[in-house]
Amino acid sequence: MKNHMEAVGIGITAFLALLAAGFAKDAAFQAHAWVLFLVLAIATIVLLRRIEFTDAKMIPLRLQAAKTHDQGYFDEVVRYGVVATVGWGIVGFLVGVVIASQLAWPHLNIEPWFNFGRMRPLHTSAVVFAFGGNALIATSFYVVQRTCRARLWGGNLAWFVFWGYQLFIVMAATGYLLGITEGREYAEPEWYVDIWLTIVWVAYLVVFLGTLVKRKEPHIYVANWFYLAFIVTIAMLHVVNNLSMPVSFLGSKSYSAFSGVQDALTQWWYGHNAVGFFLTAGFLGMMYYFIPKQANRPVYSYRLSIIHFWALIFLYIWAGPHHLHYTALPDWAQTLGMVFSVMLWMPSWGGMINGLMTLQGAWDKLRTDPILRFLVISVAFYGMSTFEGPMMSIKSVNSLSHYTDWTIGHVHSGALGWVGMISFGAVYHLVPKLWDRRRLYSLRLVNWHFWLATLGIVVYAAVMWVSGIMQGLMWREYGDDGYLVYSFAETVAAMHPYYVLRMMGGLMYLTGALIMAFNVYKTIRGDLREEVPMGGSAPVLQPAE
Amino acid sequence: MAHNEPNPAMAGARPELKADPVARGILSHHGKIERNVTLLLVLSLLVVTIGGIVEIAPLFYLQNTVEKVAGMRPYTPLELAGRNIYLREGCYNCHSQMIRPFRDEVERYGHYSLAAESMYDHPFQWGSKRTGPDLARVGGRYSNEWQVQHLTDPRSVVPESIMPTYGFLARTDLDMADPAAHLAANRDVGVPYTDEMIADAKADLRAQADPNADTKGLLARYPKAVVADFDGNPQRLTEMDALVAYLQMLGTLVDFSVYQPQENDR
Repeated sequence: MKNHMEAVGIGITAFLALLAAGFAKDAAFQAHAWVLFLVLAIATIVLLRRIEFTDAKMIPLRLQAAKTHDQGYFDEVVRYGVVATVGWGIVGFLVGVVIASQLAWPHLNIEPWFNFGRMRPLHTSAVVFAFGGNALIATSFYVVQRTCRARLWGGNLAWFVFWGYQLFIVMAATGYLLGITEGREYAEPEWYVDIWLTIVWVAYLVVFLGTLVKRKEPHIYVANWFYLAFIVTIAMLHVVNNLSMPVSFLGSKSYSAFSGVQDALTQWWYGHNAVGFFLTAGFLGMMYYFIPKQANRPVYSYRLSIIHFWALIFLYIWAGPHHLHYTALPDWAQTLGMVFSVMLWMPSWGGMINGLMTLQGAWDKLRTDPILRFLVISVAFYGMSTFEGPMMSIKSVNSLSHYTDWTIGHVHSGALGWVGMISFGAVYHLVPKLWDRRRLYSLRLVNWHFWLATLGIVVYAAVMWVSGIMQGLMWREYGDDGYLVYSFAETVAAMHPYYVLRMMGGLMYLTGALIMAFNVYKTIRGDLREEVPMGGSAPVLQPAE
Repeated sequence: MAHNEPNPAMAGARPELKADPVARGILSHHGKIERNVTLLLVLSLLVVTIGGIVEIAPLFYLQNTVEKVAGMRPYTPLELAGRNIYLREGCYNCHSQMIRPFRDEVERYGHYSLAAESMYDHPFQWGSKRTGPDLARVGGRYSNEWQVQHLTDPRSVVPESIMPTYGFLARTDLDMADPAAHLAANRDVGVPYTDEMIADAKADLRAQADPNADTKGLLARYPKAVVADFDGNPQRLTEMDALVAYLQMLGTLVDFSVYQPQENDR
């Protein structure tokens, strides 16, 4: 029998969700419980339809099939992860374009559910946790199997990680629109969603560690150091930062365990290391596997990878206070945060150098391989934003940049440039391999995606530099009479053209992602577009695994 | 370890690594970590805990982290309900509540913010972006009527505004069935709500939005609390009442005419 335990388990949980909806203490929790019930009810029905009542042991052929099925790498969950990455990416980018438009044209706000304040967490979470998180889980499952030469440990536990994580995303996203939030950036999900994510994350750690333990390679490959540090640190940050006291067991509201200045630093210790470990360490793991693979060259320096790994994970944790310069946080903590942020520049560029120099002797491939182009430009953007970050963490620079659009521009050159581009490169690398296709449907479309995305980022970042610095300067501008020159409302009005341009940059990036979705869809279907090869010669074929 | 002697940790390494003086030195021992999952896991975890412990832990015991000032008190039940609406609507995405000690900010918004002023804030709402102005001291700056009008249709009073409309707040009854439970949860995380405050929470919630109510007890428990029918609709206690009550108290508790910054040198 297959799927019967799962169907019963989820069915019971769906019933519990129904009970929670019935006995809810507040309307928001009731609505959220209904959402949970609907999702689980649909999952139960799907699983019920998939129950196989005939026992595999009864039929010799099936036994044979089951045996071969459980051998080799566990790639089905990676396939789901890649599709989820593409899908959530488009959702996240689309919501980004919508909220960028809301800033340019406030009439696009639809109260109460689609107001900017509820949509912005939806955008950040969809991009960071849904798109980035799925990319990390999928690639880590793929990479750890290849570099350990071992099948994923724990059997169906990997499925639990995948579907459990999707449930977390759906609960978090619907919660924001319903107004269920803890009110701290990037840690908005309420206490019960946090508990669920903790369970899923521990399962993720167990699958990953289990696979490392049963590896057939004597050494743990460098990509896995980064993935492991990412998983462990995110667990620590998530648990500590979300400590809170629920008002009721059947209510949506909780109050943070910390208050004021302690809460602020705990939150930015979490917030900055969501950047440092979720969006950096994890994606460096991706870099260390996919760049050498796609370029067909070994990693540039083993020594550099050791030094920059330990330096990066040690220094990153200290950088949080640079989000709180000149606030009521004690000065000693601010200064400590600034000093470590500036030092962080070095290990960050160590990673960039190691990634870029891996192309030594293979630079000509950039002419013919747009996938490699994605991977390389992502590292270039990584280098750029990890220079900009330490610069902005210097207190005198921060006094101008803080509270302005400059910060938003900085985040996006990292998120769109580094995280987005390396994920697209990884997706393009993986899809033909995972679905056993000779090549992608079209490399020309990859090239279109590449240029749309790159131009989109350049427009976005440049516009935000101008608007951010202008905003900061207008706020502090004094006239000869000794009075402030601009009212706040005048500085808002001055932003309008930049908000329009920024939306267009985002739209270009979204268009590129839609082209990727089409290309991936056609590749999975098995179609091949007849086209002139890139760079005038035959496209570089992927070496078989 | 002498470099001319064969290093056992380098056995089986690639020739170019064996020729590398640094790899042959201390980094050669890194192989032990790379071959041992437990070691890699434990060392990574140790390395990432240090920064947080050194930076965050002292904030809980260093006495000068939070200034000693007169005037701070826990939120009234209605203000707390309003604060929860402020969180729910994601106001912190565009409004900070943290005035930095710069001439322009102090002239624009008022005295720079003290750590003490958010000591009862679970969570803090300092914000990170000013798409709209800082709200740390917005209390008392505008009338209740202006606040309601501005929330209902921001562009009717500030033509340049890009804020969303929040008219539904005035049409939605405040949903806080058990305010005492909210106060008790806050007390569990350190806010000094007294037994009396918790016992009277339900009555206080209504009294603050009712100018005809007996508010002597409320004002004794929560000095400086603003009592008014905030939304101009005496029949209903709406979410608008709660949010405006919260906005009207922001930054008003500490009396800066008698505050001595020198006494709180940090």
